[in-house]
Amino acid sequence: MGRILIDGNEAVVRGALYAGCRFFAGYPITPASSILSGMLEALPPAGGMVMQGEDEIASIGYCLGASMAGLKAMTATSGPGISLYSENISFAIGSEIPLMIVNVMRQGPSTGAATRGADGDVHFMRWGNSGGLPVIVLAPTSAPDCFTLTVHAFNLAERFRCPVFVVSNKEIGMTRETVDLDRLERPPVIDRAIHREGAFLPFAAQGPDGVPPFLPLGGSVPVRQTSSMHGPDGYITTDPHQIQALVERLTNKVEAHVDEFSFYDLDAQADARTLLVTYGVTARAARTAVSRLRAQGTPVSLLVLKTLWPVPERVIRRAARHADRILVVEMNLGQLVHEIRRVLCAQQVDFFGLMCGRLIRPSEIVQEVCRD
Amino acid sequence: MTSLLNPSRPPVFCPGCSHERSLHVLDRAFQDLELGAEDVVIVSDIGCSGLFDVFFRTHAFHGLHGRALTYAAGIKMARPHLKVVVTMGDGGLGIGGAHLLAACRRNMDLTLLVLNNFNFGMTGGQFSCTTPPTARVGSAFLNELEHPMDVCRVAAAAGAPFVVRRSVFSTDLKEKLREALLYPGFALVDVWGGCPGRYMKKNPLSPKDLERQVAEAGLWDGPVEENVREEFRTSYAARLGHGEPPLDWQGIEPFYEASLVEPCGVVLLGAAGERVISAGALLAETALRGGLHATQKNEYNITVMRGPSITEVLLSPRPIDFTGIEHPGVIAALAPEGVARRKDLFEAATEGTLLLRAADVAVPESRARRRDVDFKGAGIGRKDRALASLVLIGQATGIFSVEQLGQTLRQTVPEKLHPAMEEVFRKAAALEAT
Repeated sequence: MGRILIDGNEAVVRGALYAGCRFFAGYPITPASSILSGMLEALPPAGGMVMQGEDEIASIGYCLGASMAGLKAMTATSGPGISLYSENISFAIGSEIPLMIVNVMRQGPSTGAATRGADGDVHFMRWGNSGGLPVIVLAPTSAPDCFTLTVHAFNLAERFRCPVFVVSNKEIGMTRETVDLDRLERPPVIDRAIHREGAFLPFAAQGPDGVPPFLPLGGSVPVRQTSSMHGPDGYITTDPHQIQALVERLTNKVEAHVDEFSFYDLDAQADARTLLVTYGVTARAARTAVSRLRAQGTPVSLLVLKTLWPVPERVIRRAARHADRILVVEMNLGQLVHEIRRVLCAQQVDFFGLMCGRLIRPSEIVQEVCRD
Repeated sequence: MTSLLNPSRPPVFCPGCSHERSLHVLDRAFQDLELGAEDVVIVSDIGCSGLFDVFFRTHAFHGLHGRALTYAAGIKMARPHLKVVVTMGDGGLGIGGAHLLAACRRNMDLTLLVLNNFNFGMTGGQFSCTTPPTARVGSAFLNELEHPMDVCRVAAAAGAPFVVRRSVFSTDLKEKLREALLYPGFALVDVWGGCPGRYMKKNPLSPKDLERQVAEAGLWDGPVEENVREEFRTSYAARLGHGEPPLDWQGIEPFYEASLVEPCGVVLLGAAGERVISAGALLAETALRGGLHATQKNEYNITVMRGPSITEVLLSPRPIDFTGIEHPGVIAALAPEGVARRKDLFEAATEGTLLLRAADVAVPESRARRRDVDFKGAGIGRKDRALASLVLIGQATGIFSVEQLGQTLRQTVPEKLHPAMEEVFRKAAALEAT
């Protein structure tokens, strides 16, 4: 099949088409705009629909309407747009609306440096919703990852009926690279479970971590959707038992299954006492740093996390089992490191990070590992 | 003629609330049109208007404050057969103003009921975007300082093709709602009514008062002639399936073997309009066709026609991890703007770095091996410097030949551009010879 030259944003577009995306809405923002233009080029000719919202709030709103009407939907933005998505993200969580959100991060805070990469939204995506219930966040390191994780993200959104983020940054989204098509991972596509038999209750789920079977707005059975706290019938409730059961189920349905979608690369060296932990584009500098360290006789292991939320605790614990020192490297001033410290509370967890608009260099990681 | 009201959830508005009257009139309009529960979706906003979806047994979507029109648009795009009815108060209208304007401009077949009662009933009677300055409301004096918005005039100015204004007591309200529901485009019905729980406590509002106020503000009766046009979803549908979706990815098989042992980072430092990024793309494509791995990233100002234009292309015989360039293999200094932006590269240059300097561009001191190039003397214009530099890079590094560059050009660039670009290659190659 040979190789091609593509950037991460193009790979997201192709992943979305492959996964069955039929509706896209977005508002232009660097460095995510080329996803909007890519979807516009690809989807309408194939019978799917693309809208450019009057703002980010509208863009995600269109997607939520289309998703509840039965279409696989995606939106894409960068950090400032995630701010405007926030209230609708809470809605999608609480009301179990499948949605794929691409966040091509840029250097912040605020308007920041629009054309520079950084990974400053890690906690924002997880906690930037009212109610604080979990979302799923997948972090590619490359264009092929952008394709594969986009497919996984659609699958997870459909399976769990929740918002799922694919989070890259400018340095992945807008960097073209050669991709070997023979080695591109193409996961099977999953669709949401449809209600088949019996009376339909829009939020009735099996078990404490279940997901309600779906019926679309506009079908032959009237469907209720609401942002208000609701019982299985989709009507407002103030019953504390019903409310507690709902919020616990919304949490469990995602968190209890993280082992089934913990994507990561572990490059373990048998005698290494230091474990590097990183994600996103920084993983690539870390891989180069690890080769250099090993070449100079410094053993080191590397864990690249591609599932950031829920935190894949089992993966982290297993990777750190023999480590005396864990070094977390991020393109921010310390975000995921707090989770690593929480999970590995008895171990020494150090941090190195920059958020100055350029890539962290392998030489800087080598230096931090050797600082020990 | 079946009511679509929800038998399991009878209306629970405050006694005397105008919303209850609107609810029943809307139901009668549904009945007139013989709509079934599965034919309609009520998309309701937040506030008392947000209770409407519960009181109907139709499809229901109750979202966030001010955003009802956005969900409605998504639903209509996906399910064009549905009657999509949005209920919103004057509060939702204010907070969702951008969506109102977009809906009017877009002309999607939605019916918007503005249940306009001049205040935020649910939160304490604060002033809204339609509160008269003379009213006494729950925001102290603030409403005295702001001008109320005339929804109908705004909607018409934004392109709404169907606009109605009525008092909730108006005898033809049902008929107007029926017309709005049948209208094949965006239809807005501004229904004025009283809020007995809040507003009317300090602002008495009899049915007669309301009728008079509506008459003063101006009755709107439906079609707005200058805005009548084709509906959005219909126009959209006509475009679906047109054009060619992009082809599946077609992998490239190499046609030559590039000569490269260690990774080489090439940076072209130019200015906007000099086709720097296109040259970088051609370089990466040439490397790909020589069996190499490559990355390309670009840097330019938001003012795309002014300022620096920089492309970084990393070539490697092995898969590339780190996509930055720690020690550049080649720097092409083509314009002062690019050089000024990337002084760091000159500091990072080593004795192994080749610096191609346009003769009219000053560069900082560095350890790089410098070669001055007189593009101007060779008849190569500013817009062609980056392209020409590829020939020099191929010759100096031996990674690819000018023929291989030319063959890649013919595979990747539209044919009409070939003669001019090949002419640049010839001039650049001659430049090397002299």
